[in-house]
Amino acid sequence: MELTLWTYEGPPHVGAMRIASSMKDIHYVLHAPQGDTYADLLFTMIERRGQRPPVTYTTFQARDLGGDTAELVKKNIKEAVERFKPKTLLVGESCTAELIQDQPGALAKGMGFDMPIVNLELPAYSKKENWGASETFYQLIRTLLKEKVSSSDKINPLRWRELGRRPKVNILGPSLLGFRCRDDVIEIQRILSEQGIDTNVVAPLGASPDDIERLIDAEINICLYQEIAEASCEWLKRNFGMEYTNTIPIGIKNTIEFINEVHEKLDLPLTNKEELENKSKLPWYSKSVDSNYLTGKRVFIFGDGTHAIAAAKIAKEELGFEVVGLGTYSREMARQVRATAKDINVEALITNNYLEVEDAMKKAAPELVLGTQMERHSAKRLGIPCSVISTPMHVQDVPARYSPQMGWEGANVIFDDWVHPLMMGLEEHLIDMFKHDFEFVDGHQSHLGHTATSTNNILNSGEKKEKNSKEGIIWTESGRAELTKVPFFVRGKVKTNTEKYAILRGIPEISDETLYDAKAYFS
Amino acid sequence: MSKVEFNKETGPREVFCGLTSIVWLHRRMPDAFFLVVGSRTCAHLIQSAAGVMIFAEPRFGTAILEEKDLAGLADAHEELDRVVNDLIARRPEIKTLFLVGSCPSEVIKLDLATVAEKLNKRFLGQVRFVNYSGSGIETTFTQGEDGALKALIPLMESSNEEKLLLVGTLANNVEDRFKKIFRNLGISNIESFPPRQSTELPKIGKNTKVLLTQPYLSDTVRDLKHRGCEIISAPFPLGIEGSTKWFLAAAKAFKISELKVHEIISPLINRAKLALDSHKEILKGKRLFLLPESQLEISLARFLHNECEMDLVEVGTPYLNKDLMKEEINLLPDNTKIVEGQHVEKQLDRVRESNPDLVVCGMGLANPLEAEGISTKWSIEMVFSPIHGIDQAADLAGLFSKPLKRNQILTSKTLVTH
Repeated sequence: MELTLWTYEGPPHVGAMRIASSMKDIHYVLHAPQGDTYADLLFTMIERRGQRPPVTYTTFQARDLGGDTAELVKKNIKEAVERFKPKTLLVGESCTAELIQDQPGALAKGMGFDMPIVNLELPAYSKKENWGASETFYQLIRTLLKEKVSSSDKINPLRWRELGRRPKVNILGPSLLGFRCRDDVIEIQRILSEQGIDTNVVAPLGASPDDIERLIDAEINICLYQEIAEASCEWLKRNFGMEYTNTIPIGIKNTIEFINEVHEKLDLPLTNKEELENKSKLPWYSKSVDSNYLTGKRVFIFGDGTHAIAAAKIAKEELGFEVVGLGTYSREMARQVRATAKDINVEALITNNYLEVEDAMKKAAPELVLGTQMERHSAKRLGIPCSVISTPMHVQDVPARYSPQMGWEGANVIFDDWVHPLMMGLEEHLIDMFKHDFEFVDGHQSHLGHTATSTNNILNSGEKKEKNSKEGIIWTESGRAELTKVPFFVRGKVKTNTEKYAILRGIPEISDETLYDAKAYFS
Repeated sequence: MSKVEFNKETGPREVFCGLTSIVWLHRRMPDAFFLVVGSRTCAHLIQSAAGVMIFAEPRFGTAILEEKDLAGLADAHEELDRVVNDLIARRPEIKTLFLVGSCPSEVIKLDLATVAEKLNKRFLGQVRFVNYSGSGIETTFTQGEDGALKALIPLMESSNEEKLLLVGTLANNVEDRFKKIFRNLGISNIESFPPRQSTELPKIGKNTKVLLTQPYLSDTVRDLKHRGCEIISAPFPLGIEGSTKWFLAAAKAFKISELKVHEIISPLINRAKLALDSHKEILKGKRLFLLPESQLEISLARFLHNECEMDLVEVGTPYLNKDLMKEEINLLPDNTKIVEGQHVEKQLDRVRESNPDLVVCGMGLANPLEAEGISTKWSIEMVFSPIHGIDQAADLAGLFSKPLKRNQILTSKTLVTH
């Protein structure tokens, strides 16, 4: 039993719903009680979808349990098939139905339908949402393509030449409730198209079962989100010899590496290598003298595996930040995140407990947090600027404007999204500096008029909490005054360090000099 | 009883389960913690319904069952013990801990009553443990509050003191207004259940006169009756009419004259009517379809028809207690179609066929209906907004007029291009 106050991921059947809702001509009969219908709002409210998820919930009740819940399942399957006429039917159960063991998938298969039926077994008591999405996508592909396995020769990634056409690839992994998937797909297709590569199928987002059946018309697969598509890509590789890409095209370096990888796999010469460096504004913006102040900014990163790893690389190599924390809630990607963390000399944090993340954030004392919406809240409490880089989804993560994370435009979006909160932080700092000027009265609320309050008041009111430490160390007036001159976003750290130093040296009173002694000691 | 048409429907539903009511119950009683014993689905449901994100460490959580808990119940009990210990160590300020049963805990027959009993002994004088079920196989949405309140009744001491007991969660400001009005009427001993502090439970007995503020409390009412309480029969205090009749019923139980009631509330009524007018202008003659979810549907239908002149196409309710609702049903216009239960697909077919001007529905259905060109109002807003009482009648109407008004604004051309 695990005490959970908040969870980054939903249950695995919500992952299955993400696949079903992303696609066309699919219906999902979910053996589940009525409360599980809440999941619809994730799609209709958060993603602002104008269609209901294609899901029929059997909504069994306590009184059905004594009777024949299996009959109820069959009745719902029959009604759903008649009403929605899906080309492929997904059948599964949520946590409660898993306990009753009606085996709805087997029941559906015994009902004599012509359409393919995918029996989803998603263990609700050990797995989570992304795993459920991955497993559903994989089972769907397997069901629709397994008959073609023996009859097909292995796909030669170079066959496009013999066929006398442009190379074709599939883009696998984008789904509803995935972070900026809608726009990433457009960006990646644009990039591929510029390189003379056609997109065969995008799945699951916008695909139908017919599209899944023609996945093997492509030469290779683009694995865009490993959490969702890696298992499927692996199966397609094993059974059809389809190679797939490993590079996630987030950030300039990764986007270029991704393009290289695709070209290598297709044996397609890359003709515009020099041009690629200038496709995004990020490299120049990062190099421009204005960005000097970004150097060494301490960033703390937490999110799903794909986005956290990419963020670490961009932060370190493209923006010149210092990564002081890296973690993920995706246990399935723990290995990769650990490897990246090792490269940058931090210990990876693998957890589903947001309080642990907040704690780690506090200890790392970053100047910028890149996280999920939960880290945004935690950072707000700690007074640290934050930019959201990962699911779980929030309405704000489905912006009206084109706003990818991947490719050239994605890099532009990332530069703005990460740097603007820091600029706001800088603005706060300047305000803090100027607050002692007599024109600056009582904070910075208004450009109009001045109501008289003495600067002394401001000084005093803000400083009370920094007076004495709990260890009984006294801050002298000069010490306190010096501390107020330290930029607010590192003030906490300076205070802690100075007190640590004072304890270490047995100094009972902290003066301005102690501050400088401590600074020298810790640097 | 007016000639109302009663129908029952079964089939796939689209409603919240009783766990959802934790979202407002935990805010009502800031010294209580709600620990759901359930699955990741339960945790995900509450955080999604609670507005997707939380801003601080919440006073609700889920003890998520894992595979090893399912293997042996004895271990599950031990595990729950451990989780509770951790929780109390972490949140020592908690005075009452609700152990809330869920679908999976009910199916594996986890005996939360026994667990609560044991914990009560161990934490005697520190924390009280109460258990109830908010499971979706037994409860719909607001019925979770019914379960939570029912579970508190055995903890309430007996007293023969005469008092008015308002039963059902109210917004604090509305509660204060009601108490002021009752005091003006001459009723001085007024208490609320649930109270604002879980430890300040009202005492009850044969001179307790219960006035319901919410229509979804069937089980609570039954147990209060068993404790000797008198249940005042009245419509619910939604809108001017409902609130007036509600005050009158209470006054009658305390032998206060109708005249006195009118004297006190007339200025309120006049003021409220004035405020209601602008909304009525928009709502008048518009056709309303209520999908089942909160059990407030019948009272809302009565208000929106009688006071806002809307036409009722269909009034859905997840569950109908005809006895508790008789005063409300009496006020409905003839031939009102009430449908208890749901077959969501068939009901949506009827929505499309009847093409109403406004549909009251859950959050999962709102945008899909909007996309089809049908205006909607989320039913969950009714349980989060202060809508009770005469003073709030216009605000209540405003919840329904706003989507229509917005539609009007977005489809009209008021500015000419020069």
